[in-house]
Amino acid sequence: MQQNNGRFGIHGGQYIPETLMNAVIELEEAYNKFKNDPEFKKELEFLFNEYCNRPSRLYYAERMTKDLGGAKIYLKREDLNHTGAHKINNAIGQALLAKKMGKTRLIAETGAGQHGVATATAAALFNMECEIFMGEEDTKRQALNVYRMRLLGAEVHPVKTGTKTLKDAVSECMREWTSRIADTHYCLGSVMGPHPFPTIVRDFQAVISKEIKDQMLEKEGRLPDAVVACVGGGSNAIGSFYNFIDDKQVKLIGCEAAGKGINTFETAATISTGREGIFHGMKSYFCQDEYGQIAPVYSISAGLDYPGVGPEHAWLYDIGRAEYVAITDDEAVNAFEYLSRTEGIIPAIESSHALAQVIKIAPTMDKDRTIVVTLSGRGDKDCAQIARYRGEDISE
Amino acid sequence: MSRLSDAFNNGKVFIPFVTCGDPNLETTAKIVREMAKNGAGIIELGIPFSDPTAEGPTIQEANIRALSSGTTTDKIFDMVINLRKDVTIPLVFMTYANVVFSYGCEKFISSCKEIGIDGLILPDIPFEEKEEFLSVCKKYDIDFISLIAPTSEQRIGMIASEANGFIYVVSSLGVTGVRSSITTDIEAIVKKIKQNTPTPCAIGFGISTPEQARKMAMVADGVIVGSAIVKIIAEHKQNSPEIVGEYVKQMKNAISDL
Repeated sequence: MQQNNGRFGIHGGQYIPETLMNAVIELEEAYNKFKNDPEFKKELEFLFNEYCNRPSRLYYAERMTKDLGGAKIYLKREDLNHTGAHKINNAIGQALLAKKMGKTRLIAETGAGQHGVATATAAALFNMECEIFMGEEDTKRQALNVYRMRLLGAEVHPVKTGTKTLKDAVSECMREWTSRIADTHYCLGSVMGPHPFPTIVRDFQAVISKEIKDQMLEKEGRLPDAVVACVGGGSNAIGSFYNFIDDKQVKLIGCEAAGKGINTFETAATISTGREGIFHGMKSYFCQDEYGQIAPVYSISAGLDYPGVGPEHAWLYDIGRAEYVAITDDEAVNAFEYLSRTEGIIPAIESSHALAQVIKIAPTMDKDRTIVVTLSGRGDKDCAQIARYRGEDISE
Repeated sequence: MSRLSDAFNNGKVFIPFVTCGDPNLETTAKIVREMAKNGAGIIELGIPFSDPTAEGPTIQEANIRALSSGTTTDKIFDMVINLRKDVTIPLVFMTYANVVFSYGCEKFISSCKEIGIDGLILPDIPFEEKEEFLSVCKKYDIDFISLIAPTSEQRIGMIASEANGFIYVVSSLGVTGVRSSITTDIEAIVKKIKQNTPTPCAIGFGISTPEQARKMAMVADGVIVGSAIVKIIAEHKQNSPEIVGEYVKQMKNAISDL
């Protein structure tokens, strides 16, 4: 029985140890059973609306639009979700699925800490055990989120291997899952890893583009000309793009973290600088050296500091349906400050990468054009770090 | 039959593992010769990878040391060419899919054939993804080793019936590393494998003492030891080859009368 599971073009697949194969098969079977189950869908919608504060607002950024003098800019306010980012959509969805599967323990990796907080939140809500793996470097960059996870009842394990960031947290989580499978669900936080994760996570995040579509039709009577989102693994971006993939007139733009620039080694721009590889359960683009050793990537944003990208993005890039651009630390920090001053909204440093691209392209577009940019999270968590970036040391 | 399967024709096989380039390739070559001299039936050569997701801390650290010493796939190939002047027992490469994929499947596996490698173990390639690697291995007559885990259950028959060389039976859940006890019912797994294939079974993960090796060899055809050896190398570095040789002799003796 030769299968070719979860492919997006040549990307995707299930490149994992044999020990985990039955776990992902069990997960796929459960997901296929529940995704169309009216009861499950009803429960999920109730949680999305009543608990997570969906639908999230689509806000017309009038001052920003006027200041940039071009296309009309809308912000998809995922930052207003419960826990402050899009991550809750996936965490609640997977936790509900895990509960239905009879699992009692959730484990998850986290970069910036937003997915860790979302998973810890879902675990608290569903009365499940929760352990979060976070690169030691990131526990320092995002100390506030570490405290939030602990407050929510999760145990946080600082990961001290490798570059001590998101990639190492994913590796450690996979190792943990191979040692305890029966009662444990790995609540993967992005559209990456082995099949069926890229599909499951995308489906839970697709609510973002479904709402954007409805809201744009209501507000503008037509679809947006461009949808812009930041891409690490790529979950908020695929969520923002998914329901527009067949609407060819809508330009889809993913913004990767260039770090100090794509011509330096201190970058995390996978599509701009990586090549095809096999890692963390999937075939996709990865930053790597000539012998296939995974590169130690860098970005100011802990959430985008990952050497790979989800397989569906790799495919959207291959077929030319989506465009991927690289945004430097400097550009992102400028955008972070710009939105704070112009609209009174402090964006996550991750989302600021998408805003930076909007600042570049909006002035080049006509005033009757529209751009939707997904504000994937709020920026409170980033204030201390951005202050340090600007040479100011504030204590939290 | 392959050279790997044939290695199991004369009693139980001891299969030691070494991470190539830890602490450097000259030491690795000496270690391999000591292993061969002291009773190893097959040797597993680990090609280091930056992010070895199936390894515990001991082998993770060995991978980092090996890469820091400048070890590359090409330098390891050169070492094997040199070893093949006098080491005749079967040698297999153990590494991660991206090391092979990035080098180019065809280029990597044809090089294996040229330099005298007998088999390839990729712990992150399960049955469902093996075709891309297996088809090339078949072309160059390299055994692509299948792994069976305690969680494999109903997958055992499917994997075993298509296995060649030998089957790597993973003794426990989790990653590689020394364990004080192994609780999996290995006997039942091996029995199920044997119902599906004549391919020999070697058990690995968590084995470090002669007593454990003996117990495992009583139910299977061979025993694989990695982390316990890597620990000796981490401690004794350039001076480790003789100590590893002594260890291999001890382990081989513990299973040779079975």
